[in-house]
This record gives sequence, C-alpha cells and structure tokens, in this order.
Amino acid sequence: MLHFDLNLLRTGQYHDLLVSGLLLSLQLAGTTLVLALPLGAAIALLRLSPLRLLRSLGWLYVESIRNVPLLAHLLFWYFGAPELLPDALKEWLYARNIEAISAVVALTLYTAAYMAEDIRSGIRAVPWVQTEASRALGLGFLATMRLVVLPQALRVTIPPLLSQTLNLWKDTSVATVIGVAELMYQAAKVESASFRSAEAFAFATSAYLLVSLAITGLGAWYHHRYPVRTV
Amino acid sequence: MWELIQTYWVYFLVGQYPNGPLGGLALTVLLAALALLVSLPLGIALGLARVSPYRAIRWPVTAGVYLVRGVPLLMVIFWAYFFLPSLTGHKTDQFRTMLMALVVFDSVYLAEIVRAGIHGVPKGQVEAARSLGLGYLATMRLVVLPQGLRHMLPSLVNQFVATIKATSLGYIIGLTEVSFIAAQINTQVFTQSTAVYTLLALAYFVLCFGLSRFAYWLEQRTHTVRVSA
Repeated sequence: MLHFDLNLLRTGQYHDLLVSGLLLSLQLAGTTLVLALPLGAAIALLRLSPLRLLRSLGWLYVESIRNVPLLAHLLFWYFGAPELLPDALKEWLYARNIEAISAVVALTLYTAAYMAEDIRSGIRAVPWVQTEASRALGLGFLATMRLVVLPQALRVTIPPLLSQTLNLWKDTSVATVIGVAELMYQAAKVESASFRSAEAFAFATSAYLLVSLAITGLGAWYHHRYPVRTV
Repeated sequence: MWELIQTYWVYFLVGQYPNGPLGGLALTVLLAALALLVSLPLGIALGLARVSPYRAIRWPVTAGVYLVRGVPLLMVIFWAYFFLPSLTGHKTDQFRTMLMALVVFDSVYLAEIVRAGIHGVPKGQVEAARSLGLGYLATMRLVVLPQGLRHMLPSLVNQFVATIKATSLGYIIGLTEVSFIAAQINTQVFTQSTAVYTLLALAYFVLCFGLSRFAYWLEQRTHTVRVSA
C-alpha cells in the first residue's frame, strides 16, 4: 500500500510551492471578483435597458461568452489576443506576468456574463408595482432604485452571486493550461518532481474543498440571516 | 482564416479519423453524449437517495455531492489520470479517464437536477399514489419520476451543453478533442493564433448556442403542456 508522507506538506520546497500556488489562486479569484462584479452589473443594466440596441448588445455579450468553454477563452486571450496589440503595448505586457493578466481577463469576462444574468433576474424579481408605488409616493427614479428596488433585489441576488463566486474559485484551476503558477499548476509540478501524487493532490483537493465549503457556508448563513421575503 | 478552414476542416472535425483515432469536434460531442448517457441512471439513483426518508442513505450521498461539487473538475481529472494508475498498476487511456471524471461530475450535478425535479411534483401526487396502496418505490417509479423527468428535460439539455464545455478540459491530459486539435493546428500555422482560436470559439458557440436554444424551446413547450393538462 502507498505511504502518505505528511511531512512533505508541512515543510520544505514542496510545501512552499503548494502554498504559493494557493495564494496565487486566491489572488486570481479575488481580483476577478472585484473586476467582474461591476462589469456584470453594467451588462445586467444593458440587458434591462429600454433601448433595443443596448439590450441586444447585452444579450450578444452574455450568449457569446457563455456558449464557449472557459478553456477556449483562456487560449484565445493568451495565444490569440496579444497578437493584435500594438508592439509597444505587447512589450509592456510581456515584461509583466502575461499569463496571470490573460487569465484575469478571461476569467473576468467569463464570470461577468454569469453574474450579469444573476443580477438581472434579481432586479426583475422585484414586482413592478413596487416601482409604481414608490413613484406614486413622489420618489424620483434614482431614489426609487436606491430605496425600494435595489434593497429587495440584492436580497435575492446575493445567494446566486455567492454560488457564482464558488464557480469562479473552481474555475481559477483552468488557468493552469496557460501556465499560470496557481494551485493546480503547483500540484502538478510537485507531482512530476517528486512522484508523490497522493500528497500533492490531497493538498490541492483539501484547499479547494475548504474554500468552497467556506463560500457555501457563507451562502447558507446569508440565507438564514436574510430570508427572502414573499410579497 | 478562409485558407485555414480549407486546409484543416477535416482534421478539426474528426481528427485523424479514418487513418487514426477519432478526434476533433466529433470526439467532443461523442464524449459529452456518452458521459451524459452513462451518468443519467447514476444521477437518478443519487437524486432519489438525496430525497430518501432514510438518513443512512441521505447523509453519505449528500456528503459525496458536496465533496464533488466543492472541487474543480480538473482536480477529479488529475486524480483519475495521475493517481489512479499508481493504485491499479496500469495506465488508463485519456478517453476513459476523461469519461470517468465526467461521469462522476455529471451524475452529481444530475442528482441535484433530479432532486429539484422531484420537488417540483406536487405533494398531492405522492399522497394520492400512497393512498391508492402503492409502495414508496412504486410511487417514485410510476408517479413522481415520470412527471419529474418531464420538468427536467430542459435542464438535461443544459447539462449536455455544460458537459460539452467540460470536455475541453481533456486538453490538459492530451485527449485529442477539438481544443487540443486547435492547439495542434496553432503550432503548425503558428502566426495565426487569433484566427485559430476564434474558429475554436465559433465551433463551440454554434454547437452550444444551438443546444441551449433547443432547451429554451423545450421549456416553452413543456410549460404549455403542463398548463393545459
């Protein structure tokens, strides 16, 4: 039977590699979340716009992103897109961590498409009469949004947004295909260097699982603390 | 881009097929379809276990579902590809590894779809079936599941789309599905990366968008049937 060497994970170079991978994964997820949320909100607003052209633009964005796997997005942004850039910008990019930048771009665009749909359905879940009632009470459009619609919309939007964050966390692993040195990449590196696949993958699996369960727990807590009110 | 299509379209669609193993877009679709087909009965069994009245069945399955849903698919693929051989002593080929990983993953997601489908059937149906003298399993098989599965149909098509997207991860273990073929074409032409990967994205888009429209159409259709019935 196989021997499981826990010390390999506690100290030494393999430990350092795996921990640095975990930190980079968390950074990737964090940066993407911060960028994708406002982008998603903007796309959701596009899709709810009274102008047909803006609505179609939002629809086109969401459908074209969601029907292509994340892997293809990553390959495109890493291998394809830099080709189109002017030379000066290309040099500037390649002097930096081009892998991580491409990954953040791909993950942000991908996650924003999903978040836009969550935000849109959250806003649509607030009955139209709420808007009418608050307008009748003399509130302006922005005040109506801020005081009446958005507080109710957020309540129903946060749980799906949290589960989207969970997906984002798991999706960061795909960035390994373009050579971003995140957790999955480091686990594979430790595996090939030491042939200790059980240890390397156990570390990565439990790290992914722990963060996932934390996000799930946050969702459950939120649902309990702020239950959806039925009108 | 047009030249690219003319030179490589057969390779892109079927890989080296008549002279070698099947690959490309055909392998992508075959793998996704096979994975969904194999995991459907498993997903139904797991879904039933998730709503089982017995804790001894419900709890371990729930734990398993949380475990698999909490880790990336790539992790499951890595376990299957790198770790499994050291246990069994012989290497599984890429296609089977990918199929295994997808079945594990899909059956867990299907279990949740089945669970939602079962919850969508009104409680009165179960009560009526039980009062007619049907046992628990007969109630599930004859009354609840046939109705639940009908609600699930659009979700199943969506899961098929998700599975097609997931097959792209076979790229990382060198499975010759369409993303891998695109990467190979990219190394051969090597100055037209943008065109190659735009083509890849377009191929996925046509396939998945078509299917998701089909799911939408099914949803509309099953909805009207349910209302009029």
